[in-house]
Amino acid sequence: MKQQGNDIVIALKGVRKAFGTQEVLKGIDLEVHRGENVVVLGRSGSGKSVLIKIIAGLLRPDAGKVNVLGEDVDELDTRHLRELRTKIGFSFQGSALYDGMSVRANLEFPLVRNRRNLSQQEIAQAVTKVLQDVGLSQTIDQMPSELSGGQKKRIGIARTLILQPEIMLYDEPTAGLDPVTSVEINNLINEVQKQYSTSAVIITHDLTCARTTGDRVIMLSEGCFLRQGSFDAVFDTDDPKVKGFYNYNFISETNERNQQS
Amino acid sequence: MKVFFLRLYDVWQFTLQFWKEVFLPPYEVKEMFNQFFEVGIRSLSIISLTGFITGVVFTKQSRSSLAEFGATSWLPSLMALALLRALAPLVTALIVAGKVGSNIGAEIGSMRVTEQIDAMEVSSTNPFKFLVVTRVLATTFIVPVLAIYMGFVGLLGAYLNVYYNEQTGFVLFFQSAFVRIGFLDLLMLVVKSAVYGFTIGMTGCFAGYNASQGTVGVGRAANTSVVASMFLIFVEEMIIVSLVNTYK
Repeated sequence: MKQQGNDIVIALKGVRKAFGTQEVLKGIDLEVHRGENVVVLGRSGSGKSVLIKIIAGLLRPDAGKVNVLGEDVDELDTRHLRELRTKIGFSFQGSALYDGMSVRANLEFPLVRNRRNLSQQEIAQAVTKVLQDVGLSQTIDQMPSELSGGQKKRIGIARTLILQPEIMLYDEPTAGLDPVTSVEINNLINEVQKQYSTSAVIITHDLTCARTTGDRVIMLSEGCFLRQGSFDAVFDTDDPKVKGFYNYNFISETNERNQQS
Repeated sequence: MKVFFLRLYDVWQFTLQFWKEVFLPPYEVKEMFNQFFEVGIRSLSIISLTGFITGVVFTKQSRSSLAEFGATSWLPSLMALALLRALAPLVTALIVAGKVGSNIGAEIGSMRVTEQIDAMEVSSTNPFKFLVVTRVLATTFIVPVLAIYMGFVGLLGAYLNVYYNEQTGFVLFFQSAFVRIGFLDLLMLVVKSAVYGFTIGMTGCFAGYNASQGTVGVGRAANTSVVASMFLIFVEEMIIVSLVNTYK
């Protein structure tokens, strides 16, 4: 367990969200403490991504309160929401790198627009530093199409780190990656927490990622939190939904391994 | 019907947002010049080719009719009127709608479905200003320039045809061509083209910005950009010509 502060950086109370007649989140309560990595586990379509998009203000909840770093997100106007977002980093499932820009331009993009007083030299230094932090200095002049899936994820994380956020939101950080690259990304998430003193919400269905990166794990199913606590505590239950998720994850991994051998 | 009016409301909101964002700082000057280059320079070759061919073909087609009345000397003047009043703005707009409009729709659409627009949003950047305002301004300012250019290239094509048949001199041809062209004609050329350019930019950006459903949505955005722009350009042409003729 990593060191955590007592102050709450993210607080959700009674958050509900529906798309048409389908209710995706059914009254979610969540508190994330400073320095804490919270993993939200769940099957595809359980509302995990909707949850972090609501935290980032990309989606508005139908009901409930969303408080991030002391600000009620759903009550902020566009200008104040943008100010708040400079303190939030969002790593997208598909990396969401800007196709038409080089790695350097991707990293400079948020910086030149949010730190207008920086000189060219300071911007170049910041780009070099975040690239070193994610271990990809050599890719600086490459285009996103020339990068591997794991490299794209790392650059996506670097792009969020360049604004030195207080909160990181990771949407399926290991989805679509091979096991070795997944481990590297998990280690990077832990490095980011240590080096940048961030708090994080990590959305995943990968149990290895949850076990490696989460100080606290929450199981989300059908729009509700089923269980939360340490990784072992969450899965120490006979609840068929939780047990089934655990068994399926490891049985499918074992099957994959058997097939490969 | 309800869906149609809801869509119309969305278009109205999108247009209002453009007018709000266009005057508010910060200004994306660098990206705007990139887009000027994209729209202008990259369309230049096809505009040159179609302008030249339009000039040659239209002169060829008109010659026989005028020759019946022994009025082939009117060809320069007729071509200037046809090109600068109608053909150059319309043909330029249709070409830009096909070449640039589809590109805008597909590019912004693919950025939407791959969450690149959300990524701009969460990195505290205004994606509307960066993507929409710059592209709409580029098409609005560059289409008139391209239309004027096409008008002159078309006249050059017409001149070559006239020279080949009547051996008319270059200076005499252009003097005769501009006899009946007034300030209002040139003003309308610029105004009409700017309206068409604005339409192309807004339609492409709206279709792309509201794209959904993955690659199918991107294809639909590109297609909508072209079809809707072309349809709107013809409607605008009809309205503008009617208005000008009424108040002339």
